[in-house]
Amino acid sequence: MSDTIILEVARFNPESDAEPSYESFEVPLRPDWMVLDGLNHIKDQLDGSLAFRWSCRMGICGSCGMMVNGVPTLTCETLLMNYAPGPVRVGPLDHFPVVRDLVVDLDDFLAKLQKVRPWVVRKDDFKPAREFIQSPAQLESFHQFSLCINCTLCYAACPVYGLDPNFIGPAAIALAHRYNLDSRDQGIEDRLDIVSRHEGIWDCTVVGECSTVCPKHVDPSLAIQQYKLTATKEWFKSFLLPRGKH
Amino acid sequence: MAQYTQFQPKAYRPRMSAYWYLDQWHYLRYALRESSSFFVAYFCVLTLVQLAALGAGAGRYAHFEALMRCPLMIIINAVALAFFLLHSITWFNLVPRVAMRQMLGRPTPDMVSSAPNYMVWFGATVILALFFLGVL
Ligand code: SF4
Ligand code: FES
Repeated sequence: MSDTIILEVARFNPESDAEPSYESFEVPLRPDWMVLDGLNHIKDQLDGSLAFRWSCRMGICGSCGMMVNGVPTLTCETLLMNYAPGPVRVGPLDHFPVVRDLVVDLDDFLAKLQKVRPWVVRKDDFKPAREFIQSPAQLESFHQFSLCINCTLCYAACPVYGLDPNFIGPAAIALAHRYNLDSRDQGIEDRLDIVSRHEGIWDCTVVGECSTVCPKHVDPSLAIQQYKLTATKEWFKSFLLPRGKH
Repeated sequence: MAQYTQFQPKAYRPRMSAYWYLDQWHYLRYALRESSSFFVAYFCVLTLVQLAALGAGAGRYAHFEALMRCPLMIIINAVALAFFLLHSITWFNLVPRVAMRQMLGRPTPDMVSSAPNYMVWFGATVILALFFLGVL
């Protein structure tokens, strides 16, 4: 097997290009190299102007997400060897505006994330004298959804988000669901107002790719379908007990 | 979105192709699953037509049967049946996404969550088959 591999990398210079194009680079093919190592080799040895994001190199910070051969992928934990003999095509995450080369603008996602209030919301003046007791079962109910690293691979995999940019999207809904399920939280109604709109859970048509590509096995598709159930139950409750507290 | 100044050029905004579902097999599979609803509606209409023919007397029903035996209708119904099966199986397999996640405090395997749907489907098919074969 060859000891090099061709990386076809998306290039886009906003000052001179109308749209991205691909440039090929030959990089060493080492058994322990991730796709990100190949990109860093290009940046260090071949073309210092290549722009891409990364930070932790261990699947924690969520910043190195890119399209690798058309699939949203965390480049720091995907072996280059998986794509041998190549070539490997690396592009910016789908459905997001491209700022430069492989760097996308995540403002839209961050604004949506903030809207769903992904933190513990209390309605009372909550000043516990001791820590809040949470049973293992209560923790288990939301633990999976709390593993999200905001890498936005699920947005790049979601055709609904691509077609309707107003869609709140998988990760933001999964995180809203995570806090709804948290026994310390009292913000379910506030979140429901936002998430149960058409551009929230009802926009989802269960393509399911968000869960397939999620590197942390968060299963945002499951969160959205469960959220639909919660929203329906809440709607029935408010229909049957219009004045009741629910 | 960020506010751009004259020194901060605009980003490139990709547009999705109208044929995005042909890009990857899993998107095509999704598109087929969604379009299978059309064939479910077709079978509903066909059943209503069949019932209407049945109510209109033996002559009309014989005419309906003759129509169903023509090769074109057999091909259309075979394709519709394939999509009908795809529709049922893919949606039954999605049941664990929303319901019966836990039983007796333990996570339920996906197949166990889907199983009641398959059982009802199978039971109804057997009863209808026995009815049409004149056993019931
Ligand atoms: S749900 Fe998964 S794919 Fe989506 S942002 Fe979170 S970790 Fe990434
Ligand atoms: S560099 Fe942090 S997740 Fe890849």
